[in-house]
Amino acid sequence: MNMADQITIRNARPSDFEAVVALDLVGAAEEKPAYWRGVFDRYVVAERDDRTFLVAEREGEAVGFIIGEVRAWEFGSPPCGWVFALSVSPRTRELGVGQLMFDEICRRLKKAGVTTVRTMVDRENKLTLSFFRSQGLRTGRYIELEKPL
Amino acid sequence: MKLHKASLFALYAVLELAGDPERQLSATDIADKYAISTHHLAKVLRTLVRSGLVQAVRGAGGGYRFTGVPNRTTLLDVIELFETLESELDIPSPRGRAGEAVVEELQSITREIDDLTKAVLDTITLETALNSARMRVEREESGSVFPAEPGGS
Repeated sequence: MNMADQITIRNARPSDFEAVVALDLVGAAEEKPAYWRGVFDRYVVAERDDRTFLVAEREGEAVGFIIGEVRAWEFGSPPCGWVFALSVSPRTRELGVGQLMFDEICRRLKKAGVTTVRTMVDRENKLTLSFFRSQGLRTGRYIELEKPL
Repeated sequence: MKLHKASLFALYAVLELAGDPERQLSATDIADKYAISTHHLAKVLRTLVRSGLVQAVRGAGGGYRFTGVPNRTTLLDVIELFETLESELDIPSPRGRAGEAVVEELQSITREIDDLTKAVLDTITLETALNSARMRVEREESGSVFPAEPGGS
């Protein structure tokens, strides 16, 4: 059986909390349980059609997650899908987990009525940037600006 | 941004060869396809061979074949074999602090542009570029309109 065939993409459940925090730690410098509790409240418990929190499961184990939502008129932008979190376990990289999750979240976002998906990635995070590029994302029309305070 | 000819020729060659790593192509095969100088391309290919991205196969039916990893090699990896992608500000030494500050500001802006350019080129792998090129052809052949380029009117 193809390895990718063993991957199931499903809605996140409250019981995924610990697995998601662990997966997030792969790419993050610190654990942030309070942040994730808020995300689970808003994107799992709330069950809204314009918010999507998906988990990739393999042999009963969560091996990845992706979160996105429809946001409207922030920065003057018409309604658009945002993917703001993505993680895949290093043990299941290059099996197409990220692509399966991204395809599914794009399908959900499209169903929710938007025609563009957007994300933002640290420019040093080559792995994630290369992944989104491989999915066809290009530099968009909004430019992020910042300065130290 | 203006790429040096050598960088551009290297991208043509590497993308052509990486499209089918089993296939061997001569410098003339690639040069003819892109209407570029075979002589110049041969020099570029020597650099690519030294880098390990490409292997020269000798003998009858010989040529070049790709030996890198298409989903690990970025466009910047190829370009940086030939140039540094640093903007050049040909500014004479200014007189006084006020002039120096303007020059420093312009240099800071060009560094910002260079960083963005590198950030883009360093995240597009050969595999992604090849897939996008294939999709472009498929869409054109099916008559569908390819999405407008970002920044295009």
